[in-house]
Amino acid sequence: MDKNNKTIREVESGVSSVISAKNLSLTFQTNDGPVHALKDVDLEINKGDFVSFIGPSGCGKTTFLRCMADLEQPTAGKITVNGVSPAEARKARAYGYVFQHAGLYPWRTIGGNIRLPLEIMGKDKAEQDKSVKEVLELVHLEGFEKKYPWQLSGGMQQRASIARALAFHADILLMDEPFGALDEIVRDHLNEQLLELWARTNKTIGFVTHSIPEAVYLSTKIVVMSPRPGRIHDVIESTLPRERPLDIRDSPEFIEIAHRVRDGLRAGHGDD
Amino acid sequence: MRNLVPILTVLAAIVGIWWLAVAPMNIRPALDIAERGGAVVVPEGSVERRNVSAFKLMLDNRAYVAVGYDLKRPRLPTPAQVGEEFWKTTGAMVAKGRAWSKRSLIYHAWVTLQSTLWGFFLGTTVGILGAVAIVYSRVMDRSVMPWAIISQTVPIVALAPMIIVVSNQVGIEGRGVPKAIISAYLCFFPVLVSMVKGLRSPTEQQLDLLKTYSASGLQSFFKLRLPASVPYLFTALKIGIAAALVGTIVGELPTGAISGLGARILIGDQFGTPLAIWSALICAAILAGVLVSAIDIMQRVTLRKMGFVS
Repeated sequence: MDKNNKTIREVESGVSSVISAKNLSLTFQTNDGPVHALKDVDLEINKGDFVSFIGPSGCGKTTFLRCMADLEQPTAGKITVNGVSPAEARKARAYGYVFQHAGLYPWRTIGGNIRLPLEIMGKDKAEQDKSVKEVLELVHLEGFEKKYPWQLSGGMQQRASIARALAFHADILLMDEPFGALDEIVRDHLNEQLLELWARTNKTIGFVTHSIPEAVYLSTKIVVMSPRPGRIHDVIESTLPRERPLDIRDSPEFIEIAHRVRDGLRAGHGDD
Repeated sequence: MRNLVPILTVLAAIVGIWWLAVAPMNIRPALDIAERGGAVVVPEGSVERRNVSAFKLMLDNRAYVAVGYDLKRPRLPTPAQVGEEFWKTTGAMVAKGRAWSKRSLIYHAWVTLQSTLWGFFLGTTVGILGAVAIVYSRVMDRSVMPWAIISQTVPIVALAPMIIVVSNQVGIEGRGVPKAIISAYLCFFPVLVSMVKGLRSPTEQQLDLLKTYSASGLQSFFKLRLPASVPYLFTALKIGIAAALVGTIVGELPTGAISGLGARILIGDQFGTPLAIWSALICAAILAGVLVSAIDIMQRVTLRKMGFVS
């Protein structure tokens, strides 16, 4: 009955929930006692959303993303990805995951690295070639297929790792501080390219970041989190248009959202 | 080849020190011979000289120091004498077409090399398989690893005769197999330790990445762990081949073997022919150098092909 109602609501509003968390908690048992990485987290992510998770260290933003990817197991509550459990979604290869470090295999060329998930998933050679070519174009790395990772800059390596996550055409892209280790200018450039890629592919993106401007610039939805215990402090729906040139960051609208994010971070951080 | 100059410099220094050491090492037999030939030596009589230091003898009998550089049975042969003996037992034998004679070091080196390679092959296989078992099984990690470490504290010289006796007992003819086992015993350990480290070298993040692809255990082994361990493997192989050679030579010492470089060293010792010992030693050193260099070249070629920056 409940399920039917939800389906009707989805049909009415024209959006469907891709990731849904209810009362999600995760407690790590450590020698210093339990650590509440996540406590009673509720969130809906709809198809095509670009959702940023922002908050200080220890607020559980990465843990939350890892729960979606079935890399951590929640200790209470419920989370679904594409309507099924994260484990099932992972086995169905429903998402691509981008880590903070590119982590390309040094013994594989850029093309070989992007091919890795395709080989594991048992795609045939022709399909592999086609996908590699396609995603290299998406991240603007045409002509680098035969190069080894050490021959590329840090920013280019991270783009290659994004291409690797895109290669098998998952609808969801989970990114854990992918640009955290890069300098400001490279970061701006990659942010722009990521938005362009998101517009072209219409993927649902979960994006963990430390940077307020990055979160505001990229997201349709900004989830502000606070630590001890890790929980959601505020969810801000962005009023910015989907089309965003870099100079939108000087607009009053942008600055207002950034203010709200900053206030949220401060309030959540008030105890120390 | 830019390594060649420093290597040759060190070699020259070693030969220099060696050459200088010949004088004090050989002064006593040199003076004995001179005295027997009618020369006046201070002090007279070899018993008298026993309590005088070699350096004082050299100072007091400067004229006869040179005799020590031309002894038939020197305590320490000169580099030139060893070189000459080495040539006589290798190049000269080849020139006479007797390279495979029992007096030729080429024959003995070949015997030793065969056992070394078998031991190396066996030890490396055991080391790699052991490492895989240790990395994938907690039980193996807890039970086998401590024993592998303990195994290396047992003196191989004590173990070698037992291995020979046991392999004789189970009906294995000849010395080849037990020697290879002794050699493998020394060789497997560096390979095991390095491969455990190499197979565990992928980061948490790299393993998580494969999990997001829901890769199978075999896939993560062949696509991640194994290639990541290759640089570690080659470092271990270089140590392993040297250890295998040492193992073989040790295996030839206490076991009554009559062929092989170890047997030459033992026989030279028993018959009081230091020249034979020294040229067998030189031969073993050259063999070790060749084997390690061969693996070094393989390492460079493989790593370059794999795209690792060297």
